[in-house]
Amino acid sequence: MRHRPRGENIIRFDSVGLRYGLGPEVLQDVTFKLPAGSFHFLTGPSGAGKSSLLRLMYLGLRPTRGRVVLFDRDIAATKRYELPALRRRIGVVFQDFRLLDHMTALDNVALPLRVRGVKESEIRRHVPELLSWVGLADHLGAKPSTLSGGQKQRVAIARAVIGRPDLLLADEPTGNVDDHIAMRLMYLFEELNKLGTTIVVATHNELLVQRFAHLPRLHIEHGMVTTLQQEPAAVDDLEAE
Amino acid sequence: MLFKRRHSDLPLAGDATSRFLPWLVALMVFLSSMAVAGAFVIGAVIERWDRDVSGTLTVQVLPAGGEHTDAVTEERVNSAIDVMRKVPGVLAVRALDKKRTLALLEPWLGSTEMVQDMPLPRLIDVTIDPESRIDLAEVALRLGRAVPGASLDDHRVWLSRLINLSRTMQWVAVIVVVLIGMVTSATVVYATRTGMAVHHGIIEVLHLIGAHDDYIARQFADRAFALGIAGGLMGLGLAVPALTAIGWAARRLEGGFLPSLSLPVLGYVAIGLLPLLAASLAMLTARLTVHGTLAKMP
Repeated sequence: MRHRPRGENIIRFDSVGLRYGLGPEVLQDVTFKLPAGSFHFLTGPSGAGKSSLLRLMYLGLRPTRGRVVLFDRDIAATKRYELPALRRRIGVVFQDFRLLDHMTALDNVALPLRVRGVKESEIRRHVPELLSWVGLADHLGAKPSTLSGGQKQRVAIARAVIGRPDLLLADEPTGNVDDHIAMRLMYLFEELNKLGTTIVVATHNELLVQRFAHLPRLHIEHGMVTTLQQEPAAVDDLEAE
Repeated sequence: MLFKRRHSDLPLAGDATSRFLPWLVALMVFLSSMAVAGAFVIGAVIERWDRDVSGTLTVQVLPAGGEHTDAVTEERVNSAIDVMRKVPGVLAVRALDKKRTLALLEPWLGSTEMVQDMPLPRLIDVTIDPESRIDLAEVALRLGRAVPGASLDDHRVWLSRLINLSRTMQWVAVIVVVLIGMVTSATVVYATRTGMAVHHGIIEVLHLIGAHDDYIARQFADRAFALGIAGGLMGLGLAVPALTAIGWAARRLEGGFLPSLSLPVLGYVAIGLLPLLAASLAMLTARLTVHGTLAKMP
């Protein structure tokens, strides 16, 4: 992970529009900046375009118009062979996990490291450690088909953070876990954020947003994005509930 | 280790491709082996024919008419010998006497008693240096002027037609091998695209976590190579006994009628390399196909 001075923009969207095929624009004139080291919620009703916006952020889509700048690189002007290096700086927790069913939990989490050519000895040292941290020490050799929804989600999160990304994008990361695990995962994200990772958590869980009311949010509705600064909240009060 | 098993994230071993591709490659290598063997045998035959006749010429002197036909013909033969000996590059000139000429006709006519009193053309066997560049047209003209009824035969008229036919067959064999290669490539393209469609989800995850296109392409290419080499060796295993049987049958046919139909050493080497060639072709095709398909991803 690169150390970026807090405050520099890690993502910038200028008048970005997105449409699928010849359909209507699902995102319209989206303009916002995410400073390095920030932690945002991405909120909005179902179908508002949260996942599409995340896909643009993790370079899973190209905008149909406008300008996306990621890590100071204008994506439209970036050569295709340079994009993998940018993607390696992004960790993604997909809503549907996207774990590889033929691999064990350990191999799934090791995937980003293998793609980067990290030595097996390093992988064998770091991956079990992280899986232990998310409470899956006893499931290193388990295939996703034998894991519960919550366990799969934790494997997906471990895979997203194993490479210590500069930017972590999580799509409904607490959707399948109980409150206790949800809080634990949010604390993991906060720890990563303290280490310099910029984090965006897409959720429609208002309770979770309220619990972390000190975090700003990007709110998306009808394909338009607004940045909302929440009131500083008493997280401890909410935890105590 | 030369063929160290490399890590693969894609579960390609269980694909349907793994079942049909080796058999297809086996068939292709078998057919290619037949074509390559044919091309090399024909090549060797052409070379032998060419070598055998490139150092010889034949002068034919027609028998003279009149009362003293033998004496006049003999005189013309001697004149033709003199003309040929003066040609630079000629190593030896030897006239065949009538007895020898009759002996040459015997296999075709049976008993030569019937024809021994007939006026037969006399033949002069001329050995030339194969490296020399003799202007045969000019020599033929000079010979025709100096000796009435004499003509020059350099065997090339009939031989060139035979060689042309053989060379055509050789090219057909090469085209067959190229077509087989194209069919193999087309099948690998289809199999690779099918594999990519089946594993689209995994490929997308690899792509999004920062895998270079070649990281993904290499996994398909490695699999295609492994299947290609397995199929190629099966094909070679079928081709070797088939070629041995054909060679055995051809040796029984020869008996002076056909030139030797043995496969040169280079032919064995080429056939032995076919499995590797087929596997490399499959590997390269798979790699290019994956790169082409991934280039459409954002």
